[in-house]
Amino acid sequence: MDSALVLHRLHFAFTITYHYLFPQLTMGLAPIIVVLQTIALVNGSPRFQRAARFWGRIFAVSFLFGVVTGIPMEFQFGTNWARFANFSGGVIATSLAMEGVFSFFLESAFLGIFLYGAHRVSARLHWLAAVLLCAGSWLSGYFIIVTDAWMQRPVGFEVAANGTAHLTSFWALLSNEWAFWQFLHNMSGAVVTGSFAVAGLGAYYVLARRHEEFARLFVSLGLLFALVASGFQLWPSGDEHGRLIARHQPATLAAMEGLFHTEAGAAITVVGQPDVERLELDNPIRIPRVLSFLTFRRWLAEVRGLTSFQRDLWPDNIPLLYYAYHIMVGLGTLFIAITLLAAYYWWRGRLYDTSWLLWVLVLSVPLPFVANTAGWMTAELGRQPWLVYGVMRTVEGSSSTVSGGNVLFTLLGYMGLYTVLSILFVVLIMREISEGPAPTAEG
Amino acid sequence: METLWFLQITFVLAAYVVLDGFDLGVGILTLTLPRNDADRRVLINTIKPVWDGNEVWLIAAAGALYFAFPLVYASSFSGFYLPLTIVLWLLVARAFGIELRSHISEPLWYPLFDVAFATASVLLTFFFGVAAGNVVRGVPLSSDGYFFAPLWTDFTPGLRPGVLDWYTVLIGLLSLATLAVHGAHYAAVKTTGDLRSRAGAVGRAAWSALVSTTVVSLIATLRVRPEVLANYRTHPWGWAIPVVVGCTLVAMRYYASAGRPQRAFTASAVFITTMIGGAAFALYPALLPSNTDPRYSLTIYNAQTGAYSLRIGLVWWALGISLAVAYFGVLYRSFRGSVSLEDELDH
Repeated sequence: MDSALVLHRLHFAFTITYHYLFPQLTMGLAPIIVVLQTIALVNGSPRFQRAARFWGRIFAVSFLFGVVTGIPMEFQFGTNWARFANFSGGVIATSLAMEGVFSFFLESAFLGIFLYGAHRVSARLHWLAAVLLCAGSWLSGYFIIVTDAWMQRPVGFEVAANGTAHLTSFWALLSNEWAFWQFLHNMSGAVVTGSFAVAGLGAYYVLARRHEEFARLFVSLGLLFALVASGFQLWPSGDEHGRLIARHQPATLAAMEGLFHTEAGAAITVVGQPDVERLELDNPIRIPRVLSFLTFRRWLAEVRGLTSFQRDLWPDNIPLLYYAYHIMVGLGTLFIAITLLAAYYWWRGRLYDTSWLLWVLVLSVPLPFVANTAGWMTAELGRQPWLVYGVMRTVEGSSSTVSGGNVLFTLLGYMGLYTVLSILFVVLIMREISEGPAPTAEG
Repeated sequence: METLWFLQITFVLAAYVVLDGFDLGVGILTLTLPRNDADRRVLINTIKPVWDGNEVWLIAAAGALYFAFPLVYASSFSGFYLPLTIVLWLLVARAFGIELRSHISEPLWYPLFDVAFATASVLLTFFFGVAAGNVVRGVPLSSDGYFFAPLWTDFTPGLRPGVLDWYTVLIGLLSLATLAVHGAHYAAVKTTGDLRSRAGAVGRAAWSALVSTTVVSLIATLRVRPEVLANYRTHPWGWAIPVVVGCTLVAMRYYASAGRPQRAFTASAVFITTMIGGAAFALYPALLPSNTDPRYSLTIYNAQTGAYSLRIGLVWWALGISLAVAYFGVLYRSFRGSVSLEDELDH
């Protein structure tokens, strides 16, 4: 693999990973803010109004970071992946351009009203702005996932005489089964991030005995969303998504699971380190037959191992793919355990006196970010060595006119810029948290 | 069909320059216009709720280009790799320059935000002009439709030009003058009193620069790329374009002096649209001309995507743009009228 290609891949991986820290928070907070705004609109409660305004401010900060780190993504298909952009533009430019006209305009126009219009427009229009903002951000997610789903499972196209992909069915592209489940899985992942942030901050306020009239509202509302979303992550969305991988990317499934050799009644690996040289899993802890059941709903079904595929079909970074997948699943399981436990204590009325559990909620806030990142790494490392699965290889897609030196220049630039942004984000969020939702002098 | 998409892209690009143009222009004016922090706050508040939406038109233009002519998107974005990346960084800096004020309300930091905002606005305006200059001048496309332009070579528009040469720099200056005037008109519409009259004065000063850069760059264009006249010769109605350019130049000066900033603003908006339309008219059917061999130029014919996508795209694109226009109607209605200091926009 030549060094320019490695740099192009690192460039995309770095900028997209950093970018997605913010949209998962905003897409997750958006429905929670809509619920708060709706209650505030219906019963006119100033408490809910302030709560909505507080989370609106956190949303605004995150949204700003999401926008400024997102714009480079839209351009990077062209700058760093020109040959891919040219090949697949006949298909994915449809979903990308639709994202532009259907969600970016919606989001940006109503963000202005949502942020700056509270005193200028009617309460109803302000509420509508929040709803449309939420809809816009979720719609944006759908178009991006349609794009990725086409790269994972290309449908509705043909390769034309000039060697580029041309769309043959608009509906096949938009209703790709892969997009459907990936979207649900991804969005409930975002809600896990948002709801853990709300519950965790509430727990912090309870522990710190600050803003107590809001603290409990945040904990209970956050927990409610977290409970539903983390369960939904496992079933049906995670389960169905896994079965799609088994059907369309069997080599990827084998690599994710660390399954080197074909097994009937395949065991699922909980812990272990894949050794790609010796084609073995070190220090394994495995549960027999579970992988066969999860994949094919039959305990004794045969699951193909990596060695049954040609070597040039293997994902090119098997250990990282394996760990990313296991981190995602491990954390996902942990989220279910935490939310069930906290919900049980809440139901028995003891949650707010159980400080260790409140601490668990506080310390869990960063974990969904890790899990969502690991999930995306699973999806995209699992797609390798293909850019468009089975159609175009990653080595064929990068910009051939852009040298490695130029890519490194901009990669280092982004790293520096994003370091500054990270510090800024932490400072801004800390200020919001210390100010809190309580009424201030300006009201 | 491909001509229709050429027109669409031109339209969205013009909408972008007219809309984001006035907030970039206001950004340039924050260098000279405000006498104190209150002035600066009023100026920034005139664009705060709308700048982000205006910027989306740039994304939409890029999206439409990618959608209809994927090869042009792939070729130009990789070929202009460095300047494009720098533009993206400037967009980040500008966004923070304007938005951080409402999150960090300590005057200690204001100069930092203001410098970032103003500098980024100036450089972006300049680079957008440079980009337009590069497209008109042409780039050294190879037979497979790709090229790579360094930031500069010997600053002449020869066979191995850089992104910056004397011609593209000139177009960059034209762009600065245009948006300074446009921004001054907007500021005059949205403010009152002393600030308004000073915006008018700055606008009149920038107007002289605009007239001279317009004339010089027209002459320079004829020298660097005489082919631009071809379409005007075959379609003489195109000569209406320079006539409109001249009329709007006169009109903006007249209305600005007559104290009618709304009309002056309309005149500068028409001026921008016509200038972009004129460039598009001269280039058609090329989207990215080659400066070495005209056969390598990327045109609407050799760069277009499949006919099916273009056809179905027309339906959703028309729907999407109509919705966008409706949202912007609601947005600008919500923030209509002039802005004063009492009008706090903090959320």
